[in-house]
Amino acid sequence: MPTRLAPVSIDELKAIAKRIRAHIVQMVYEAQSGHPGGSLSAVELGVALYWNHLRCDPANPEDPNRDRFILSKGHATPFYYAVLAERGFFSTELLSGFRKLGSPLQGHPSMKALPGIEMSGGSLGQGLSFAIGHALAGRMEGREFRCWVMLGDGELNEGQVWEAAMAVPHFGLGDRIIAVVDRNGIQNDGFADRIMRTNPPAMFAGFGWKVIECDGHDMAAVDAALSEAEQPDERPRVVVAHTVKGKGVSFMENNPGFHGKAPTREQLEQALAQIAEGLA
Amino acid sequence: MTQAAPAAATREAYPYALIELVEQGVDVVAIDADLSVSTMGYQFGERYPDRWYTVGVAEQNMVGIAAGLAACGKTAFIASFAVFLPGRCYDQLRTSVAQPRGGLNVKCVASHGGITVGEDGMSAQAIEDLALATSLIPFDVVVPADFEAAKQAIVAVGKTTRPAYVRTGRPKVPGIYGSDYRFELGRATKLRDGSDVTLIACGVLVGIALEAANLLANEGVSARVLDMATIKPIDREAVLAAARETGAIVTAEEHQTTGGLGTAVARVLAETVPVPMAFVGVDRYGTSGKWDELLTYFDLTPARVAAAAREAISRKR
Repeated sequence: MPTRLAPVSIDELKAIAKRIRAHIVQMVYEAQSGHPGGSLSAVELGVALYWNHLRCDPANPEDPNRDRFILSKGHATPFYYAVLAERGFFSTELLSGFRKLGSPLQGHPSMKALPGIEMSGGSLGQGLSFAIGHALAGRMEGREFRCWVMLGDGELNEGQVWEAAMAVPHFGLGDRIIAVVDRNGIQNDGFADRIMRTNPPAMFAGFGWKVIECDGHDMAAVDAALSEAEQPDERPRVVVAHTVKGKGVSFMENNPGFHGKAPTREQLEQALAQIAEGLA
Repeated sequence: MTQAAPAAATREAYPYALIELVEQGVDVVAIDADLSVSTMGYQFGERYPDRWYTVGVAEQNMVGIAAGLAACGKTAFIASFAVFLPGRCYDQLRTSVAQPRGGLNVKCVASHGGITVGEDGMSAQAIEDLALATSLIPFDVVVPADFEAAKQAIVAVGKTTRPAYVRTGRPKVPGIYGSDYRFELGRATKLRDGSDVTLIACGVLVGIALEAANLLANEGVSARVLDMATIKPIDREAVLAAARETGAIVTAEEHQTTGGLGTAVARVLAETVPVPMAFVGVDRYGTSGKWDELLTYFDLTPARVAAAAREAISRKR
Protein backbone atom coordinates (compact mmCIF):
# COMPACT_ATOMS: atom_id res chain seq x y z
CA MET A 1 0.00 0.00 0.00
CA PRO A 2 1.52 3.35 -0.99
CA THR A 3 1.92 5.60 2.00
CA ARG A 4 2.29 9.27 2.68
CA LEU A 5 5.60 10.91 3.35
CA ALA A 6 6.39 11.53 6.98
CA PRO A 7 4.63 14.79 7.85
CA VAL A 8 6.42 17.71 6.28
CA SER A 9 6.57 20.97 8.23
CA ILE A 10 4.83 24.06 6.98
CA ASP A 11 8.20 25.79 6.54
CA GLU A 12 9.47 22.92 4.41
CA LEU A 13 6.29 23.03 2.33
CA LYS A 14 6.83 26.73 1.78
CA ALA A 15 10.37 26.09 0.60
CA ILE A 16 9.11 23.49 -1.86
CA ALA A 17 6.45 25.91 -3.07
CA LYS A 18 9.16 28.45 -3.91
CA ARG A 19 10.97 25.88 -6.04
CA ILE A 20 7.72 24.98 -7.81
CA ARG A 21 7.02 28.64 -8.57
CA ALA A 22 10.50 29.12 -9.97
CA HIS A 23 10.06 26.06 -12.20
CA ILE A 24 6.71 27.39 -13.45
CA VAL A 25 7.97 30.75 -14.64
CA GLN A 26 11.18 29.23 -16.03
CA MET A 27 9.24 26.57 -18.00
CA VAL A 28 6.79 29.04 -19.47
CA TYR A 29 9.62 31.43 -20.31
CA GLU A 30 11.67 28.73 -22.08
CA ALA A 31 8.65 27.48 -24.00
CA GLN A 32 7.48 31.06 -24.64
CA SER A 33 4.08 29.45 -24.25
CA GLY A 34 1.89 28.07 -21.48
CA HIS A 35 -0.33 29.10 -18.60
CA PRO A 36 1.54 30.72 -15.69
CA GLY A 37 -1.40 32.43 -13.95
CA GLY A 38 -3.49 29.39 -13.05
CA SER A 39 -0.33 27.43 -12.29
CA LEU A 40 0.97 29.90 -9.72
CA SER A 41 -2.44 30.06 -8.02
CA ALA A 42 -2.47 26.29 -7.45
CA VAL A 43 0.98 25.89 -5.90
CA GLU A 44 0.14 25.71 -2.19
CA LEU A 45 -2.75 23.34 -2.88
CA GLY A 46 -0.55 21.03 -4.91
CA VAL A 47 2.40 21.07 -2.55
CA ALA A 48 0.35 20.45 0.60
CA LEU A 49 -1.52 17.69 -1.21
CA TYR A 50 1.44 15.85 -2.77
CA TRP A 51 3.74 16.12 0.27
CA ASN A 52 1.32 15.72 3.17
CA HIS A 53 -1.84 13.98 1.96
CA LEU A 54 -1.56 11.96 -1.23
CA ARG A 55 -0.68 8.28 -0.71
CA CYS A 56 1.57 7.57 -3.67
CA ASP A 57 4.91 6.04 -4.50
CA PRO A 58 6.84 7.77 -7.29
CA ALA A 59 8.86 4.57 -7.77
CA ASN A 60 5.65 2.63 -8.42
CA PRO A 61 3.30 5.10 -10.11
CA GLU A 62 0.93 2.41 -11.39
CA ASP A 63 0.26 0.84 -8.00
CA PRO A 64 -3.48 0.04 -8.13
CA ASN A 65 -3.85 1.16 -4.51
CA ARG A 66 -2.35 4.62 -5.01
CA ASP A 67 -4.37 7.74 -4.35
CA ARG A 68 -5.13 9.52 -7.61
CA PHE A 69 -4.56 13.20 -8.30
CA ILE A 70 -6.60 14.24 -11.31
CA LEU A 71 -5.86 17.64 -12.80
CA SER A 72 -9.15 18.63 -14.38
CA LYS A 73 -7.93 22.17 -15.17
CA GLY A 74 -5.52 20.63 -17.62
CA HIS A 75 -3.88 23.84 -18.78
CA ALA A 76 -2.05 24.12 -15.43
CA THR A 77 0.65 21.76 -16.67
CA PRO A 78 3.60 23.96 -15.56
CA PHE A 79 2.37 23.53 -11.99
CA TYR A 80 1.58 19.83 -12.47
CA TYR A 81 4.88 18.83 -14.10
CA ALA A 82 6.92 20.83 -11.59
CA VAL A 83 5.13 19.17 -8.66
CA LEU A 84 5.53 15.68 -10.13
CA ALA A 85 9.21 16.26 -10.85
CA GLU A 86 9.97 17.70 -7.39
CA ARG A 87 8.05 14.82 -5.81
CA GLY A 88 10.24 12.36 -7.70
CA PHE A 89 8.04 10.97 -10.47
CA PHE A 90 10.57 12.04 -13.09
CA SER A 91 13.70 14.16 -13.36
CA THR A 92 13.47 17.94 -13.04
CA GLU A 93 15.78 18.00 -16.08
CA LEU A 94 12.76 17.09 -18.21
CA LEU A 95 11.03 20.34 -17.28
CA SER A 96 13.06 22.32 -19.82
CA GLY A 97 11.36 20.34 -22.60
CA PHE A 98 7.93 21.69 -21.68
CA ARG A 99 5.79 22.25 -24.79
CA LYS A 100 8.68 21.43 -27.11
CA LEU A 101 8.62 19.03 -30.03
CA GLY A 102 9.25 15.44 -28.95
CA SER A 103 9.00 16.12 -25.21
CA PRO A 104 6.61 14.05 -23.08
CA LEU A 105 5.75 17.32 -21.30
CA GLN A 106 2.88 18.14 -23.61
CA GLY A 107 1.03 21.43 -23.44
CA HIS A 108 -1.82 19.62 -21.77
CA PRO A 109 -1.43 16.38 -19.78
CA SER A 110 -1.16 13.13 -21.74
CA MET A 111 -1.81 10.23 -19.38
CA LYS A 112 0.47 7.64 -20.89
CA ALA A 113 3.34 9.97 -21.73
CA LEU A 114 4.75 10.45 -18.21
CA PRO A 115 4.60 8.59 -14.89
CA GLY A 116 2.14 10.11 -12.46
CA ILE A 117 -0.24 11.58 -15.04
CA GLU A 118 -3.64 10.04 -14.33
CA MET A 119 -5.74 11.55 -17.09
CA SER A 120 -5.39 13.24 -20.45
CA GLY A 121 -6.65 16.79 -20.29
CA GLY A 122 -6.99 19.96 -22.22
CA SER A 123 -10.75 19.97 -22.54
CA LEU A 124 -12.27 21.28 -19.34
CA GLY A 125 -14.89 19.72 -17.12
CA GLN A 126 -13.97 16.07 -17.41
CA GLY A 127 -11.89 15.29 -14.33
CA LEU A 128 -14.61 14.70 -11.77
CA SER A 129 -16.30 12.16 -14.07
CA PHE A 130 -13.02 10.38 -14.62
CA ALA A 131 -12.53 10.20 -10.85
CA ILE A 132 -15.96 8.61 -10.43
CA GLY A 133 -14.86 5.81 -12.76
CA HIS A 134 -11.71 5.24 -10.70
CA ALA A 135 -13.67 5.35 -7.45
CA LEU A 136 -16.32 2.89 -8.66
CA ALA A 137 -13.61 0.51 -9.85
CA GLY A 138 -11.83 0.89 -6.51
CA ARG A 139 -14.98 0.08 -4.58
CA MET A 140 -15.74 -2.93 -6.81
CA GLU A 141 -12.26 -4.28 -6.11
CA GLY A 142 -12.22 -3.49 -2.41
CA ARG A 143 -9.40 -0.97 -2.66
CA GLU A 144 -9.14 1.97 -0.28
CA PHE A 145 -7.62 4.64 -2.49
CA ARG A 146 -8.98 8.15 -2.79
CA CYS A 147 -9.23 10.47 -5.82
CA TRP A 148 -8.32 14.15 -5.45
CA VAL A 149 -9.65 16.25 -8.30
CA MET A 150 -8.41 19.79 -8.91
CA LEU A 151 -10.81 22.07 -10.77
CA GLY A 152 -10.51 25.66 -11.85
CA ASP A 153 -13.29 28.10 -11.08
CA GLY A 154 -13.69 29.07 -14.74
CA GLU A 155 -14.02 25.36 -15.43
CA LEU A 156 -17.13 25.29 -13.25
CA ASN A 157 -18.95 26.86 -16.23
CA GLU A 158 -18.87 23.43 -17.89
CA GLY A 159 -22.12 21.50 -17.43
CA GLN A 160 -20.36 18.16 -17.13
CA VAL A 161 -18.89 19.26 -13.80
CA TRP A 162 -22.41 19.36 -12.39
CA GLU A 163 -23.42 16.06 -13.98
CA ALA A 164 -20.54 14.60 -12.01
CA ALA A 165 -21.17 16.68 -8.89
CA MET A 166 -24.66 15.18 -8.58
CA ALA A 167 -23.37 11.67 -9.26
CA VAL A 168 -20.71 11.61 -6.51
CA PRO A 169 -23.19 11.70 -3.61
CA HIS A 170 -25.69 9.59 -5.56
CA PHE A 171 -23.14 6.79 -5.84
CA GLY A 172 -22.01 7.26 -2.23
CA LEU A 173 -18.45 8.09 -3.20
CA GLY A 174 -17.89 10.93 -0.73
CA ASP A 175 -15.11 9.14 1.10
CA ARG A 176 -13.37 8.24 -2.15
CA ILE A 177 -13.44 11.55 -4.03
CA ILE A 178 -12.37 14.97 -2.77
CA ALA A 179 -12.68 18.00 -5.03
CA VAL A 180 -10.38 21.00 -4.77
CA VAL A 181 -11.36 24.24 -6.49
CA ASP A 182 -8.63 26.76 -7.29
CA ARG A 183 -10.84 29.84 -6.92
CA ASN A 184 -8.57 32.45 -8.50
CA GLY A 185 -11.42 34.48 -9.98
CA ILE A 186 -9.99 34.85 -13.47
CA GLN A 187 -10.70 32.81 -16.56
CA ASN A 188 -9.41 32.97 -20.11
CA ASP A 189 -11.29 36.05 -21.22
CA GLY A 190 -11.06 38.02 -18.00
CA PHE A 191 -12.46 38.31 -14.50
CA ALA A 192 -14.83 35.45 -13.78
CA ASP A 193 -17.47 37.70 -12.26
CA ARG A 194 -17.82 39.39 -15.65
CA ILE A 195 -17.41 36.37 -17.93
CA MET A 196 -19.74 34.03 -16.04
CA ARG A 197 -20.45 34.60 -12.40
CA THR A 198 -20.39 31.50 -10.22
CA ASN A 199 -20.68 30.86 -6.52
CA PRO A 200 -18.73 27.64 -6.03
CA PRO A 201 -19.50 27.15 -2.31
CA ALA A 202 -23.24 27.60 -2.79
CA MET A 203 -23.29 25.54 -5.96
CA PHE A 204 -21.48 22.56 -4.43
CA ALA A 205 -23.54 22.85 -1.26
CA GLY A 206 -26.66 22.75 -3.41
CA PHE A 207 -25.50 19.48 -4.88
CA GLY A 208 -25.11 18.00 -1.40
CA TRP A 209 -21.42 18.54 -0.77
CA LYS A 210 -19.74 19.75 2.41
CA VAL A 211 -17.80 22.91 1.51
CA ILE A 212 -14.51 23.75 3.23
CA GLU A 213 -13.12 27.18 2.38
CA CYS A 214 -9.58 28.37 2.97
CA ASP A 215 -6.99 30.94 1.97
CA GLY A 216 -5.29 29.04 -0.83
CA HIS A 217 -1.91 30.67 -0.22
CA ASP A 218 -1.72 30.19 3.55
CA MET A 219 0.10 26.86 3.60
CA ALA A 220 -1.01 25.98 7.13
CA ALA A 221 -4.62 26.80 6.27
CA VAL A 222 -4.45 24.74 3.08
CA ASP A 223 -2.92 21.81 4.93
CA ALA A 224 -5.64 22.02 7.57
CA ALA A 225 -8.40 22.26 4.96
CA LEU A 226 -7.14 19.15 3.18
CA SER A 227 -7.02 17.33 6.53
CA GLU A 228 -10.58 18.38 7.29
CA ALA A 229 -11.65 17.15 3.85
CA GLU A 230 -10.24 13.73 4.68
CA GLN A 231 -12.49 13.36 7.72
CA PRO A 232 -15.41 10.99 7.09
CA ASP A 233 -18.74 12.70 6.54
CA GLU A 234 -21.99 11.62 4.99
CA ARG A 235 -21.41 14.26 2.33
CA PRO A 236 -18.61 14.44 -0.24
CA ARG A 237 -16.14 17.25 0.46
CA VAL A 238 -14.92 20.09 -1.68
CA VAL A 239 -12.15 22.46 -0.67
CA VAL A 240 -12.75 25.87 -2.21
CA ALA A 241 -9.40 27.60 -1.97
CA HIS A 242 -9.46 31.35 -2.44
CA THR A 243 -6.38 32.10 -4.48
CA VAL A 244 -4.74 34.82 -6.53
CA LYS A 245 -4.02 34.17 -10.17
CA GLY A 246 -0.31 34.60 -10.82
CA LYS A 247 0.48 34.50 -7.07
CA GLY A 248 4.05 35.32 -6.17
CA VAL A 249 4.94 37.45 -9.20
CA SER A 250 3.79 41.05 -8.82
CA PHE A 251 3.01 41.78 -12.45
CA MET A 252 1.19 38.48 -12.93
CA GLU A 253 -0.93 38.71 -9.79
CA ASN A 254 -4.60 39.17 -10.53
CA ASN A 255 -3.70 39.98 -14.12
CA PRO A 256 -5.92 38.26 -16.71
CA GLY A 257 -3.20 38.98 -19.29
CA PHE A 258 -1.06 36.22 -17.79
CA HIS A 259 -3.64 33.45 -18.05
CA GLY A 260 -1.83 32.05 -21.04
CA LYS A 261 1.14 34.28 -21.78
CA ALA A 262 4.90 33.88 -21.34
CA PRO A 263 7.17 36.42 -19.64
CA THR A 264 10.00 38.22 -21.43
CA ARG A 265 13.63 37.72 -20.33
CA GLU A 266 13.47 40.80 -18.10
CA GLN A 267 10.15 39.72 -16.65
CA LEU A 268 11.54 36.25 -15.95
CA GLU A 269 14.45 37.68 -13.96
CA GLN A 270 12.12 39.93 -12.04
CA ALA A 271 9.78 37.01 -11.37
CA LEU A 272 12.56 34.70 -10.17
CA ALA A 273 13.87 37.41 -7.84
CA GLN A 274 10.42 38.00 -6.38
CA ILE A 275 9.84 34.29 -5.90
CA ALA A 276 13.22 33.93 -4.16
CA GLU A 277 12.34 36.81 -1.85
CA GLY A 278 9.10 35.08 -1.10
CA LEU A 279 6.51 37.57 -2.19
CA ALA A 280 4.05 34.71 -1.86
CA MET B 1 -26.00 -21.95 -43.73
CA THR B 2 -28.64 -22.91 -41.19
CA GLN B 3 -31.97 -21.19 -41.24
CA ALA B 4 -31.82 -17.55 -40.20
CA ALA B 5 -33.31 -16.53 -36.88
CA PRO B 6 -36.74 -14.85 -36.73
CA ALA B 7 -37.02 -11.07 -36.80
CA ALA B 8 -35.39 -9.29 -33.88
CA ALA B 9 -33.90 -5.87 -33.25
CA THR B 10 -30.12 -5.63 -33.21
CA ARG B 11 -30.35 -3.63 -29.98
CA GLU B 12 -31.88 -6.66 -28.27
CA ALA B 13 -28.54 -8.44 -28.61
CA TYR B 14 -26.73 -6.05 -26.24
CA PRO B 15 -27.51 -7.66 -22.86
CA TYR B 16 -27.00 -11.18 -24.23
CA ALA B 17 -23.56 -10.19 -25.48
CA LEU B 18 -22.59 -8.56 -22.17
CA ILE B 19 -23.73 -11.60 -20.19
CA GLU B 20 -21.73 -13.84 -22.51
CA LEU B 21 -18.63 -11.69 -22.01
CA VAL B 22 -18.94 -11.86 -18.21
CA GLU B 23 -19.44 -15.62 -18.40
CA GLN B 24 -16.24 -15.80 -20.44
CA GLY B 25 -14.34 -13.93 -17.73
CA VAL B 26 -14.26 -10.42 -19.17
CA ASP B 27 -14.39 -7.79 -16.39
CA VAL B 28 -17.35 -5.87 -17.83
CA VAL B 29 -18.89 -2.78 -16.27
CA ALA B 30 -21.82 -1.27 -18.19
CA ILE B 31 -23.37 2.18 -17.86
CA ASP B 32 -26.62 3.61 -19.17
CA ALA B 33 -27.89 7.20 -19.28
CA ASP B 34 -31.62 6.89 -18.58
CA LEU B 35 -32.37 5.02 -21.78
CA SER B 36 -31.69 1.52 -20.54
CA VAL B 37 -35.19 0.25 -21.28
CA SER B 38 -34.49 1.16 -24.91
CA THR B 39 -30.82 0.15 -25.17
CA MET B 40 -31.76 -3.03 -23.26
CA GLY B 41 -28.92 -2.37 -20.85
CA TYR B 42 -31.33 -2.85 -17.96
CA GLN B 43 -31.51 -6.56 -18.75
CA PHE B 44 -27.78 -6.83 -18.08
CA GLY B 45 -28.31 -4.81 -14.89
CA GLU B 46 -30.94 -7.28 -13.70
CA ARG B 47 -28.51 -10.13 -14.21
CA TYR B 48 -25.38 -8.43 -12.87
CA PRO B 49 -26.49 -5.49 -10.67
CA ASP B 50 -22.96 -5.03 -9.32
CA ARG B 51 -21.66 -4.47 -12.84
CA TRP B 52 -24.21 -1.94 -14.05
CA TYR B 53 -24.72 1.74 -13.34
CA THR B 54 -27.13 4.34 -14.59
CA VAL B 55 -26.04 7.97 -14.45
CA GLY B 56 -29.24 9.76 -15.37
CA VAL B 57 -29.50 11.93 -18.45
CA ALA B 58 -25.79 12.75 -18.53
CA GLU B 59 -23.92 11.28 -21.48
CA GLN B 60 -20.78 13.36 -20.96
CA ASN B 61 -20.44 12.18 -17.38
CA MET B 62 -21.07 8.62 -18.57
CA VAL B 63 -18.11 8.77 -20.94
CA GLY B 64 -15.81 10.18 -18.27
CA ILE B 65 -16.83 7.52 -15.77
CA ALA B 66 -16.25 4.81 -18.36
CA ALA B 67 -12.79 6.22 -19.10
CA GLY B 68 -11.94 6.12 -15.40
CA LEU B 69 -13.18 2.54 -15.09
CA ALA B 70 -11.13 1.57 -18.14
CA ALA B 71 -8.05 3.27 -16.68
CA CYS B 72 -8.47 0.89 -13.72
CA GLY B 73 -8.55 -2.17 -15.97
CA LYS B 74 -12.28 -2.63 -16.50
CA THR B 75 -13.90 -3.28 -19.87
CA ALA B 76 -16.34 -0.38 -19.82
CA PHE B 77 -19.48 -0.47 -21.96
CA ILE B 78 -21.67 2.59 -22.39
CA ALA B 79 -25.03 2.70 -24.11
CA SER B 80 -27.34 5.40 -25.37
CA PHE B 81 -29.03 6.44 -28.59
CA ALA B 82 -26.74 7.00 -31.57
CA VAL B 83 -27.73 10.68 -31.72
CA PHE B 84 -26.40 11.25 -28.19
CA LEU B 85 -23.51 8.79 -28.25
CA PRO B 86 -21.32 10.11 -29.91
CA GLY B 87 -23.24 13.33 -30.68
CA ARG B 88 -23.64 14.67 -27.15
CA CYS B 89 -20.25 13.54 -25.88
CA TYR B 90 -17.88 13.60 -28.85
CA ASP B 91 -15.35 15.79 -27.04
CA GLN B 92 -15.30 13.45 -24.05
CA LEU B 93 -14.80 10.44 -26.32
CA ARG B 94 -11.96 12.25 -28.05
CA THR B 95 -10.09 13.66 -25.05
CA SER B 96 -10.77 11.12 -22.32
CA VAL B 97 -11.01 7.89 -24.37
CA ALA B 98 -9.33 8.20 -27.78
CA GLN B 99 -6.28 10.34 -27.03
CA PRO B 100 -4.61 8.37 -24.22
CA ARG B 101 -2.08 6.35 -26.21
CA GLY B 102 -3.83 3.46 -27.99
CA GLY B 103 -7.18 4.53 -26.58
CA LEU B 104 -8.84 3.41 -23.37
CA ASN B 105 -10.94 0.25 -23.19
CA VAL B 106 -14.36 1.86 -23.62
CA LYS B 107 -17.03 0.33 -25.85
CA CYS B 108 -19.92 2.42 -27.08
CA VAL B 109 -23.02 0.49 -28.05
CA ALA B 110 -25.34 3.06 -29.60
CA SER B 111 -28.87 1.93 -30.31
CA HIS B 112 -31.56 3.56 -32.43
CA GLY B 113 -29.08 4.25 -35.23
CA GLY B 114 -30.14 5.67 -38.57
CA ILE B 115 -33.57 6.76 -39.75
CA THR B 116 -35.33 3.52 -38.78
CA VAL B 117 -35.67 4.85 -35.24
CA GLY B 118 -38.96 5.99 -36.78
CA GLU B 119 -41.64 8.13 -35.19
CA ASP B 120 -39.35 10.24 -32.97
CA GLY B 121 -38.37 12.02 -36.15
CA MET B 122 -35.52 14.20 -37.26
CA SER B 123 -33.79 14.90 -33.96
CA ALA B 124 -33.66 11.21 -33.05
CA GLN B 125 -32.44 9.99 -36.44
CA ALA B 126 -28.67 9.52 -36.33
CA ILE B 127 -27.14 9.97 -39.77
CA GLU B 128 -23.83 11.44 -38.56
CA ASP B 129 -22.70 8.97 -35.89
CA LEU B 130 -20.49 6.85 -38.12
CA ALA B 131 -18.67 9.92 -39.41
CA LEU B 132 -17.98 11.00 -35.84
CA ALA B 133 -17.03 7.54 -34.58
CA THR B 134 -14.72 6.72 -37.48
CA SER B 135 -12.90 10.01 -36.90
CA LEU B 136 -11.79 8.84 -33.45
CA ILE B 137 -8.45 7.32 -34.35
CA PRO B 138 -8.16 4.16 -32.20
CA PHE B 139 -11.85 3.24 -32.46
CA ASP B 140 -13.18 0.16 -34.24
CA VAL B 141 -16.60 0.87 -35.79
CA VAL B 142 -19.18 -1.83 -36.45
CA VAL B 143 -22.73 -1.82 -37.84
CA PRO B 144 -24.21 -5.32 -37.56
CA ALA B 145 -27.06 -6.39 -39.84
CA ASP B 146 -29.09 -8.65 -37.58
CA PHE B 147 -29.46 -9.94 -34.03
CA GLU B 148 -26.93 -12.75 -34.38
CA ALA B 149 -24.33 -10.48 -35.97
CA ALA B 150 -24.91 -7.81 -33.32
CA LYS B 151 -24.45 -10.28 -30.48
CA GLN B 152 -21.24 -11.65 -31.93
CA ALA B 153 -19.92 -8.19 -32.84
CA ILE B 154 -20.43 -6.86 -29.31
CA VAL B 155 -18.70 -9.94 -27.89
CA ALA B 156 -15.85 -9.48 -30.37
CA VAL B 157 -15.19 -5.84 -29.50
CA GLY B 158 -15.53 -6.75 -25.81
CA LYS B 159 -12.54 -9.04 -26.12
CA THR B 160 -10.18 -6.38 -27.49
CA THR B 161 -8.59 -3.66 -25.38
CA ARG B 162 -9.32 -0.96 -27.96
CA PRO B 163 -12.19 1.51 -27.86
CA ALA B 164 -15.06 0.64 -30.17
CA TYR B 165 -18.37 1.94 -31.48
CA VAL B 166 -21.15 -0.51 -32.33
CA ARG B 167 -24.35 0.83 -33.84
CA THR B 168 -27.56 -1.11 -33.33
CA GLY B 169 -31.10 -0.42 -34.47
CA ARG B 170 -34.53 -0.05 -32.99
CA PRO B 171 -36.88 -2.05 -35.27
CA LYS B 172 -37.21 -5.79 -35.47
CA VAL B 173 -35.51 -6.78 -38.71
CA PRO B 174 -35.47 -10.17 -40.45
CA GLY B 175 -32.61 -12.45 -39.47
CA ILE B 176 -29.90 -12.92 -42.08
CA TYR B 177 -27.56 -15.26 -40.29
CA GLY B 178 -27.96 -18.63 -38.66
CA SER B 179 -26.20 -20.03 -35.65
CA ASP B 180 -23.27 -21.20 -37.80
CA TYR B 181 -22.36 -17.56 -38.60
CA ARG B 182 -19.04 -16.40 -37.21
CA PHE B 183 -18.50 -12.66 -37.01
CA GLU B 184 -14.91 -11.58 -37.45
CA LEU B 185 -13.87 -8.01 -36.67
CA GLY B 186 -12.55 -6.34 -39.81
CA ARG B 187 -13.84 -9.02 -42.22
CA ALA B 188 -16.68 -8.64 -44.70
CA THR B 189 -19.13 -11.47 -45.25
CA LYS B 190 -19.87 -12.41 -48.85
CA LEU B 191 -23.57 -13.19 -48.86
CA ARG B 192 -23.91 -13.67 -52.61
CA ASP B 193 -21.35 -13.90 -55.37
CA GLY B 194 -21.60 -12.02 -58.61
CA SER B 195 -19.48 -10.71 -61.46
CA ASP B 196 -21.03 -7.47 -62.81
CA VAL B 197 -21.20 -5.27 -59.72
CA THR B 198 -20.73 -5.49 -55.95
CA LEU B 199 -23.27 -4.15 -53.48
CA ILE B 200 -21.51 -3.30 -50.20
CA ALA B 201 -23.91 -2.64 -47.34
CA CYS B 202 -24.10 -2.49 -43.57
CA GLY B 203 -26.88 -2.71 -41.02
CA VAL B 204 -30.46 -2.74 -42.23
CA LEU B 205 -29.30 -2.09 -45.80
CA VAL B 206 -27.78 -5.56 -46.04
CA GLY B 207 -31.20 -7.17 -46.43
CA ILE B 208 -32.21 -4.47 -48.91
CA ALA B 209 -29.04 -5.08 -50.93
CA LEU B 210 -29.86 -8.78 -51.10
CA GLU B 211 -33.30 -7.92 -52.47
CA ALA B 212 -31.68 -5.55 -54.96
CA ALA B 213 -29.42 -8.38 -56.12
CA ASN B 214 -32.55 -10.44 -56.83
CA LEU B 215 -34.03 -7.60 -58.90
CA LEU B 216 -30.79 -7.30 -60.85
CA ALA B 217 -30.61 -11.06 -61.40
CA ASN B 218 -34.04 -10.89 -63.05
CA GLU B 219 -32.46 -8.51 -65.60
CA GLY B 220 -29.44 -10.73 -66.12
CA VAL B 221 -27.14 -8.61 -63.98
CA SER B 222 -24.94 -10.61 -61.63
CA ALA B 223 -24.45 -8.72 -58.32
CA ARG B 224 -22.13 -9.67 -55.50
CA VAL B 225 -23.34 -8.69 -52.01
CA LEU B 226 -20.95 -7.96 -49.16
CA ASP B 227 -22.03 -7.33 -45.58
CA MET B 228 -19.39 -4.80 -44.52
CA ALA B 229 -20.31 -4.85 -40.84
CA THR B 230 -16.93 -3.49 -39.80
CA ILE B 231 -16.54 -0.02 -41.24
CA LYS B 232 -13.25 0.54 -39.45
CA PRO B 233 -10.87 -1.12 -39.94
CA ILE B 234 -12.42 -1.83 -43.31
CA ASP B 235 -11.77 -5.13 -45.08
CA ARG B 236 -9.48 -3.81 -47.81
CA GLU B 237 -8.99 -7.23 -49.37
CA ALA B 238 -12.72 -7.74 -49.85
CA VAL B 239 -13.12 -4.27 -51.37
CA LEU B 240 -10.13 -4.80 -53.65
CA ALA B 241 -11.35 -8.20 -54.80
CA ALA B 242 -14.78 -6.73 -55.50
CA ALA B 243 -13.23 -3.95 -57.59
CA ARG B 244 -11.00 -6.30 -59.55
CA GLU B 245 -13.56 -9.05 -60.07
CA THR B 246 -16.77 -7.05 -60.64
CA GLY B 247 -15.52 -3.64 -61.81
CA ALA B 248 -18.27 -1.52 -60.21
CA ILE B 249 -19.33 -0.89 -56.62
CA VAL B 250 -22.41 0.44 -54.84
CA THR B 251 -22.38 1.24 -51.14
CA ALA B 252 -25.62 1.38 -49.17
CA GLU B 253 -26.06 2.64 -45.64
CA GLU B 254 -28.54 4.23 -43.28
CA HIS B 255 -26.23 7.25 -42.86
CA GLN B 256 -25.00 10.25 -44.80
CA THR B 257 -22.91 9.36 -47.81
CA THR B 258 -20.13 11.46 -46.29
CA GLY B 259 -18.08 9.95 -43.50
CA GLY B 260 -19.60 6.48 -43.32
CA LEU B 261 -19.32 3.21 -45.21
CA GLY B 262 -19.28 4.81 -48.66
CA THR B 263 -16.43 7.11 -47.78
CA ALA B 264 -14.41 4.26 -46.30
CA VAL B 265 -14.87 2.10 -49.40
CA ALA B 266 -14.13 5.01 -51.75
CA ARG B 267 -10.85 5.66 -50.02
CA VAL B 268 -9.69 2.08 -50.53
CA LEU B 269 -10.63 2.29 -54.19
CA ALA B 270 -8.97 5.65 -54.69
CA GLU B 271 -5.72 4.28 -53.31
CA THR B 272 -5.80 0.99 -55.20
CA VAL B 273 -8.17 0.07 -58.02
CA PRO B 274 -10.49 2.97 -58.89
CA VAL B 275 -13.72 1.66 -60.41
CA PRO B 276 -17.10 3.30 -60.97
CA MET B 277 -18.90 3.70 -57.69
CA ALA B 278 -22.33 4.87 -56.54
CA PHE B 279 -23.42 5.88 -53.03
CA VAL B 280 -26.80 5.13 -51.48
CA GLY B 281 -27.50 6.91 -48.20
CA VAL B 282 -29.41 9.67 -46.43
CA ASP B 283 -28.30 13.20 -47.20
CA ARG B 284 -31.11 15.21 -45.66
CA TYR B 285 -32.76 15.53 -42.26
CA GLY B 286 -35.77 13.39 -41.66
CA THR B 287 -39.34 13.29 -40.51
CA SER B 288 -41.58 11.17 -38.33
CA GLY B 289 -43.06 7.95 -39.62
CA LYS B 290 -42.98 4.20 -39.23
CA TRP B 291 -39.54 2.74 -39.80
CA ASP B 292 -40.47 0.83 -42.93
CA GLU B 293 -42.36 3.84 -44.33
CA LEU B 294 -39.23 5.91 -43.72
CA LEU B 295 -37.07 3.50 -45.68
CA THR B 296 -39.35 4.24 -48.64
CA TYR B 297 -39.48 7.98 -47.84
CA PHE B 298 -35.68 8.16 -47.92
CA ASP B 299 -35.56 5.83 -50.91
CA LEU B 300 -33.48 3.24 -49.11
CA THR B 301 -35.11 0.57 -51.25
CA PRO B 302 -34.08 -2.42 -53.37
CA ALA B 303 -35.17 -0.48 -56.45
CA ARG B 304 -32.86 2.43 -55.67
CA VAL B 305 -29.90 0.17 -54.90
CA ALA B 306 -30.54 -1.68 -58.16
CA ALA B 307 -30.77 1.61 -60.06
CA ALA B 308 -27.50 2.76 -58.51
CA ALA B 309 -25.93 -0.51 -59.61
CA ARG B 310 -27.09 -0.07 -63.20
CA GLU B 311 -25.79 3.49 -63.18
CA ALA B 312 -22.37 2.45 -61.85
CA ILE B 313 -22.15 -0.38 -64.37
CA SER B 314 -22.91 2.09 -67.17
CA ARG B 315 -19.76 4.02 -66.26
CA LYS B 316 -17.48 1.01 -66.66
CA ARG B 317 -14.91 1.51 -69.41
